[in-house]
Amino acid sequence: MKAGVIVFPGSNCDHDAWYALNQIPGCTAEYIWHENTSLANIDAVVLPGGFAYGDYLRCGAIAHFAPIMSAIKKFAAAGGPVLGICNGFQVLVEAGLLPGGLIRNAGLKFRCEEVRLRTETANSPFTANLARGQVLRIPIAHGEGCYYADDRTLDELDSEDRVAFRYVENPNGSLRDIAGILNAQRNILGLMPHPERACDPLMGSTDGLAILQGLLSAVPAAR
Amino acid sequence: MKARVYVSLKTSVLDPQGQAVRTALVGLGHAGVRTVRQGKVFEMTVEPGTDLDTIAREVLVNPVIEEYKIEYPR
Repeated sequence: MKAGVIVFPGSNCDHDAWYALNQIPGCTAEYIWHENTSLANIDAVVLPGGFAYGDYLRCGAIAHFAPIMSAIKKFAAAGGPVLGICNGFQVLVEAGLLPGGLIRNAGLKFRCEEVRLRTETANSPFTANLARGQVLRIPIAHGEGCYYADDRTLDELDSEDRVAFRYVENPNGSLRDIAGILNAQRNILGLMPHPERACDPLMGSTDGLAILQGLLSAVPAAR
Repeated sequence: MKARVYVSLKTSVLDPQGQAVRTALVGLGHAGVRTVRQGKVFEMTVEPGTDLDTIAREVLVNPVIEEYKIEYPR
């Protein structure tokens, strides 16, 4: 099974994601430069954290025009699993693959610390290894992670069971404590916390591993 | 020709930067400052007929969180 880690100029968690994925038995991760136009032979896609294009214009705004994004849209539309972490989540909302937006943290501070996340649904490949209500310890590292959407969108996310994770203690002002959401087809997950930084006992938590394993388990059997 | 696109957060969206600026201004004695909203301006030179509305909606602005205004200064 092959996971593709997309690399934009300014990505800086690409190696962490690549390393964590390669530690999972049966998975080989490879980097995919943002100027590529194809995802041939790739079974799962990760948009890593960082500061793609220096966060110019808005976080993720320039990155979502990168050539690889058309391939990612096609891949996702065909049911391929896509995980956007931190800046990757910002790219996914800018691209319209996930609803809402991510704005400056309410407290204005860049928050870099471990947080507790409550699993809100097990009904997605990413969270299938978790139980609803299960609390994970996973680090965050962002200045613009305050999730915003209008009330109608928030109600829709709630009623369709598409909030994957909420913060136990809200670090950034995110509406309804949202830390991660799913698309309607449930094959795209975007979240601000960094599961790839919680995959080895050395890092203080291995709670992120279940999410990455979930990503890989989402690979359609036919692929 | 010259064009300006003003981009600001929708009024329904929290603007903590604007609030921090206001707090600083009040702290400096400018007690009359009631609210501050921070935005950005794109100053452009464009050929006549350039579709700035599309440019704003598709690139300069994230319509989920921002609104915009186009001006053609003399």
